Amino acid sequence: MKPVLEARNIRKKFIDPVEVEILRGLDLSVMPGEFVSIMGKSGCGKSTLLYVLSTMDTQYEGELYLAGQALQGEKPNELDRIRNQHIGFVFQFHYLLPEFSVLKNVMLPALKLGLKSAEEIEHDAMEKLRLLDVQEQALKRATQISGGQKQRVAIARALINNPDIIMGDEPTGNLDSKNAQRVFDIFREITSEQKQSLLIVTHDQDFAAKTDRIIEMADGSIVSS
Amino acid sequence: MALFNQLLLGIAKTHLLARKKQSAIAALGVTFGIGVFIIMVSFMTGLNGLLDGLILNRTPHVRIYNEVKQSERQPIEDLATYKDMAHIIHSIKPKNSQLKLRNGLAIRAELRKDKRVKGITPQVSTRIFYQAGAVQLNGNLAGMDVLEEARLFNFQQYIVGGKPEDLASNENAIVLGAGVAKNLSLQVGDYVQIVSINGSRERLKIVGLFQSGLADIDKVFSYCNIGTAQRLSGEGGDYFTDLHLKLHDIEAAAGMAEELRNSWGVNAIDIKTANAQFETGTSIRNMITYAVSFALLIVAGFGIYNILNMLIYEKMPDIAILKATGFSSGDVQRIFLYQAMMIGFVGAAIGLAFGFLASYGISQAPFETEALPTIKTFPVNFDPKFYIIGIIFALITTFLAGFMPSRKAGKIDPVDILRGQ
Repeated sequence: MKPVLEARNIRKKFIDPVEVEILRGLDLSVMPGEFVSIMGKSGCGKSTLLYVLSTMDTQYEGELYLAGQALQGEKPNELDRIRNQHIGFVFQFHYLLPEFSVLKNVMLPALKLGLKSAEEIEHDAMEKLRLLDVQEQALKRATQISGGQKQRVAIARALINNPDIIMGDEPTGNLDSKNAQRVFDIFREITSEQKQSLLIVTHDQDFAAKTDRIIEMADGSIVSS
Repeated sequence: MALFNQLLLGIAKTHLLARKKQSAIAALGVTFGIGVFIIMVSFMTGLNGLLDGLILNRTPHVRIYNEVKQSERQPIEDLATYKDMAHIIHSIKPKNSQLKLRNGLAIRAELRKDKRVKGITPQVSTRIFYQAGAVQLNGNLAGMDVLEEARLFNFQQYIVGGKPEDLASNENAIVLGAGVAKNLSLQVGDYVQIVSINGSRERLKIVGLFQSGLADIDKVFSYCNIGTAQRLSGEGGDYFTDLHLKLHDIEAAAGMAEELRNSWGVNAIDIKTANAQFETGTSIRNMITYAVSFALLIVAGFGIYNILNMLIYEKMPDIAILKATGFSSGDVQRIFLYQAMMIGFVGAAIGLAFGFLASYGISQAPFETEALPTIKTFPVNFDPKFYIIGIIFALITTFLAGFMPSRKAGKIDPVDILRGQ
């Protein structure tokens, strides 16, 4: 089996005000259906790594492959398209667009992808909302639902284009333990049933302990994986 | 990538509708700018047209006439004896020649065949006195073909009381200047005694009064049939002093006058040379209109610029997530540019409607003036050209106002925002 995401010798420097190497030659790969967490102290570079892997940060050296396709040096528009189709995101904050309905928020990435008709996309979006048990909220505005529900809607949005990998930056960091558990269960279900991979940056020991693999980082390097 | 992306338009629309009040205020700026532009330009050009029409419509495009002046060639120049010498002649007097236009009939016949000419009317101009009891008033009587004058030079617009047709059918009739009629306390239907400079007298019936709007003219000028004027001057049917030309294209007037001077050796003056000041006034008034409207639109543009900048600052997280989920910089830029353009388009459309209604209102307002007897309301020009210029103006301004902020929005780095919180 080939890895979904593969990174070789990733290096990144900040020059502010003196040159600091924040990622020091990292190698990493994620297999299909694998649930991986990245842990480490604040400032160890784990979020930086995630944003490099997400294709949003292009200021790095090294090689990056998503489903076998090389991403380093790709044009911004092509990266936007790849991110749209192959990567889903969940952040610590939900980042739902406040003017739009819950349903529309979930639909937007698929409308951008433009492979299906609006009716099909709406149908898919309802499916995802049902999967996350927030289908009742579909027609409410994004600002009218609770925090836990918002995060689940954000997960539905990440899933809408059936991405190969879902990346999370502290997705449970803002949730109480009950909602955090719920999010974890959903993630577990996605990996086991949809064979999608998950790469989650987290501080939460309990959360990480339950994942398939933990990547430990310190000072811009991987110490164990 | 299509210029108008349905999805991006939808997002832009949702953003605008979520802030109705703010959007409305931004649009109102454009509405005001465009509305004022339409009102000003319609009213200004309407007024321009009226003022120009006052002179230009009733002035011939080319006037051919005879002028009393000294001979250009003095007899001494033809004498072989003094051929190579300098000639110094004192006190040259004008040559005694007829006022009759030489070759008048031939020129008229030739010009009637010319394709550039819309029409040509002869006039007989003669000095007269209006006699009322013991008083004699100086005057000027022009004999003409009244129906042709009405067709070509809108003569009927200046007739108050009576009709030009009444003159056409009557060889003993006169259309008296309103100032003359007032001074002699005469009315339509009365008779006036005319004395010509060579002493002959005629009693003519007043069939109409003539009011040009220029008091000095109305106090002196009167009109009658060409035959009447020829009779008063004691001349025959081939006598006329002026030929008035109306051309299809007014721009050809200067060239035509030049041509006539060269080929017939007559005096010919074109309308532009005779009335240069009108052109200047018109172009300056137009310039003021456009300058004021442009200033208003710039103010509206700054309003849009401000509101978009604020909106983008507020929407940073939304922009970041849109980019994270695969919207490109260009997409984000267009979302905000569309918003500016929508504000511009809606504002301009309402502005045009508002401008139209207001100028319609002005065109219905009563406006009476001595100078313009046939005008009863304010003149307004409803040329659709101004409405097209208005909307293009508005779209360009809002595009420019929206361009910088939306480019800034497109350049936002999502990582900075997503990591920052």
